[in-house]
Amino acid sequence: MCQVDEEYNGQLEHRVTPRVSKKCVKCKENTAVLIIRAGDAFCRGCFKEYFIHKFRAMLGKNRVIFPGEKVLLAVSGGPASSSMLSQVQEGLSRDAPKKLRFVPGIIYIDEGVHLEQVLSLPSSVLEAGSSATEKPQTGSSYKAAVDQFIHTRKNQNQHPDLSVENTQSHLSSQSMQEVQNGITSPITPEHSQALQRLFASVRTLTAKEDLLHTLRQHLILHTARTQGYTKVMMGDSCSRLAIKLLSNISLGRGASLATDTGFSDPRYGDVVIVRPMRDYSSKEIAYYNRMFDIPSVFIPGLDTKAQDKASIQRLTESFVTKLQTDFPSTVSTIYRTSEKLHTACPPKNTNTQPSAKCLLCVCALDTKLEEFSAYQATLISEQLSQRRGPGPGFTPGTAAAPGPPPASSAGQGQCCSTGGGQSQGCGTGEGGCCSSAKEPEIVDLKSLLCYSCRLTIKDMTAEDALPQYILSEAERRKRRSQMREEISEFLLDEEEMKPS
Amino acid sequence: MAAPIAIHLEFGGGAELLFGGVKEHHVTLPNQSGPWDMMQLLVWIRGNMLKERPELFVQGDTVRPGILVLINDADWELMGELEYKLQDKDNVVFISTLHGG
Repeated sequence: MCQVDEEYNGQLEHRVTPRVSKKCVKCKENTAVLIIRAGDAFCRGCFKEYFIHKFRAMLGKNRVIFPGEKVLLAVSGGPASSSMLSQVQEGLSRDAPKKLRFVPGIIYIDEGVHLEQVLSLPSSVLEAGSSATEKPQTGSSYKAAVDQFIHTRKNQNQHPDLSVENTQSHLSSQSMQEVQNGITSPITPEHSQALQRLFASVRTLTAKEDLLHTLRQHLILHTARTQGYTKVMMGDSCSRLAIKLLSNISLGRGASLATDTGFSDPRYGDVVIVRPMRDYSSKEIAYYNRMFDIPSVFIPGLDTKAQDKASIQRLTESFVTKLQTDFPSTVSTIYRTSEKLHTACPPKNTNTQPSAKCLLCVCALDTKLEEFSAYQATLISEQLSQRRGPGPGFTPGTAAAPGPPPASSAGQGQCCSTGGGQSQGCGTGEGGCCSSAKEPEIVDLKSLLCYSCRLTIKDMTAEDALPQYILSEAERRKRRSQMREEISEFLLDEEEMKPS
Repeated sequence: MAAPIAIHLEFGGGAELLFGGVKEHHVTLPNQSGPWDMMQLLVWIRGNMLKERPELFVQGDTVRPGILVLINDADWELMGELEYKLQDKDNVVFISTLHGG
């Protein structure tokens, strides 16, 4: 076999193309119509069973959804979320005891789209994704539209079920409702303009997509909270999550990988985000939708028809999909890897200090300045590469390092008016940072954000274009941390409270 | 030898954006000596139907990764992919599973 001049005439295996009349691997009777994973051919009926079973198994394995709970389904209209919607409907209509037993609601966020212009969310004033113990900020208006097609599906439903009808009649009474909360008119041209200004001020597509995702999450969270939903179901498929995993690493969100791509996302405290579609590849979803007539719409987004290199997310997507064609187990390997990531229990003091969470993405702040950390090195090189040299009082490695706070307390913004000799604290490095009222604003935002949100904000040219609730929450946290510092000597430290 | 073949094409998942937003097309492939196969169909689509950005639909010989092809509602991998010989009144569906069309 291992000779020098080997002859492999006709013995080399080339990729076997299955013949037309291949049989289903499961029932072995019907003709296969579809190949899933790396070579399993399924017939139509077996595929449908497999698909439905996987959804139920995913919900049953992770027992996160309790009977009678109110669950919000985030439907974007795309194939995965439409498929999820139909699965939920299917699950609700089955005879007991296998019936899914929760009360669904649907949220659809209407994003008007132009390819050249920015996506505009329906309302510019959103709620802060603050941590569980805090109440949401005061009123804003928003629009929660229930998708109409669930009503058309109801007519086709073979097994009308009382509880399903009750649910749907309840939903229909709320359908197309613009729930108002304080402000009289929900959408004004000023709102649209403000949002357009916000997105116009973001320079790169990567940051735009990131920001849009964050704002969308906030809106969904707010809706869930005010309407009393404790769970939110998102329709992220396996392929989408694999891409998200890799692009999150590139974006600097490695610390929150487990929550971003895992089945349940508990970072918001009172509202848990679950992803029941995370086991389905996009091929399976597309085939299922096609074969069983699940309606879905394609809504052009920020990255429609964009070049491959337009943003990090886009590049990762093209990388993974190309790799998937030659190595069909790529996506599932990435998926298995992400399954192994677990969220560690947050340390106790994080719960008592809400300011230890990122302002935008509500994950734990990972930018505490420790000695000899990679993050500190990044900061130092950033300082050194500014045009002006380091200002007075700047010493690398000391506790008075600019930007992020000392390691002992997180979330502290050093405004120029409070700290002396902290001229580097404004992060601009230009000196004269007290000259405009906006400069301290920039500091505070940066110190309240995790690493990747900082990068997103850094890409923005006009930070005051951020929605009002973000800016006011930042103000509030800044004031609290200042107050905390002022009375810090009177506060009992954690260690002092332990019995010696 | 082969008579002109009538094919029904469908585009979904965003792929229709490349074809003027029209999802369904009835096309008639012209006469040629041998039977039409998928590879030739792709070349024909690229030459005659694609309005813009061919690299978003076709990559080299085959479709771009991420675009699923169904022939008569069956996976084209079961039919031989590019070697499948088209027959009259076949239904070919292209579904894009990518974000960006």
